[in-house]
Amino acid sequence: MRLIVNGNETDVAAETFAELLLELGYEDMPVATALNMSAIRKKDRDTIRLKEGDRVEILVPMQGG
Amino acid sequence: MDPVQFYGVWVASRLLLGTAQYPSPAILADAITRSETDILTVSLRRESTGGSGGRDFWKLISALGRKILPNTAGCHSAKEAITTAEMARDVFDTPWIKLEVIGNADTLQPDVFGLVEAARELCAQGFQVFPYTTDDLIVAEKLLSVGCEVLMPWGAPIGSGKGLNNRFALKAMRAHFPNVPLVVDAGLGVPSHAAEAMELGYDAVLLNTAVAKAGDPVAMAEGFALAVKAGRLAYRAGAMEARDMAVPSTPVFGQAFV
Repeated sequence: MRLIVNGNETDVAAETFAELLLELGYEDMPVATALNMSAIRKKDRDTIRLKEGDRVEILVPMQGG
Repeated sequence: MDPVQFYGVWVASRLLLGTAQYPSPAILADAITRSETDILTVSLRRESTGGSGGRDFWKLISALGRKILPNTAGCHSAKEAITTAEMARDVFDTPWIKLEVIGNADTLQPDVFGLVEAARELCAQGFQVFPYTTDDLIVAEKLLSVGCEVLMPWGAPIGSGKGLNNRFALKAMRAHFPNVPLVVDAGLGVPSHAAEAMELGYDAVLLNTAVAKAGDPVAMAEGFALAVKAGRLAYRAGAMEARDMAVPSTPVFGQAFV
């Protein structure tokens, strides 16, 4: 399935958010997630199912002022 | 120095420090230590492909044991800011959020309408909002009415280093909200700016660029820490009234040759 991940078209096999994080190599990173402009909490990542064309944001802690 | 309270949390330092733009992670860590700050601002960003910057940064920050104040920097709408805040709460495990809704990309001036809208929603969700705002008293009242318990007016545009652009307005804000924690956020360039804000009775200052872009960020961090302490002491001590004319400090009585 093709998703828009962090602004880039990405083909993935994952069907859930948790699987997507594994597939993209975020499994051991602290990440914040959103789907189609709505925040997705950690506890919901196993159950949220992805669909073609979904816009996904995966963000990490960074320097900030 | 007397401690200050934000949303029921007491902290010893009245200097809040940003974590961006430092020459290196080691200098960032040293500057944080030297500043004696208790509160650090951080952001959420996309990781570069194959990168580990986020993980490495978070490891460094976590090890320093400070309280974390995530921001919504770069958000240009209430919706973006609300979503970013929700994401930040999930990853940083804190109800604190430094709420920024930017209205203009050049001046980085807050969009105060979007700010109030986002603050209303986030406060309703249980967030403890630190709003980056202007020195407008009516906007401040709106922010308080929707649930904010801290106000963070700008001193000058973000990253400008200009100091307190509108001292009169900031003084009026202090007088108008005597019991609300007030933090001058943004625009400070040198320690005397921080001292000036503290002398006006501000409860704290938040800055980043002034330290990160200094020739020696670690020394500048200490400079700001000392200035914040000096300004706070001066405020509590009570400054003398300024006079238009000279008044001799040495007694006139007993003077020779008169």
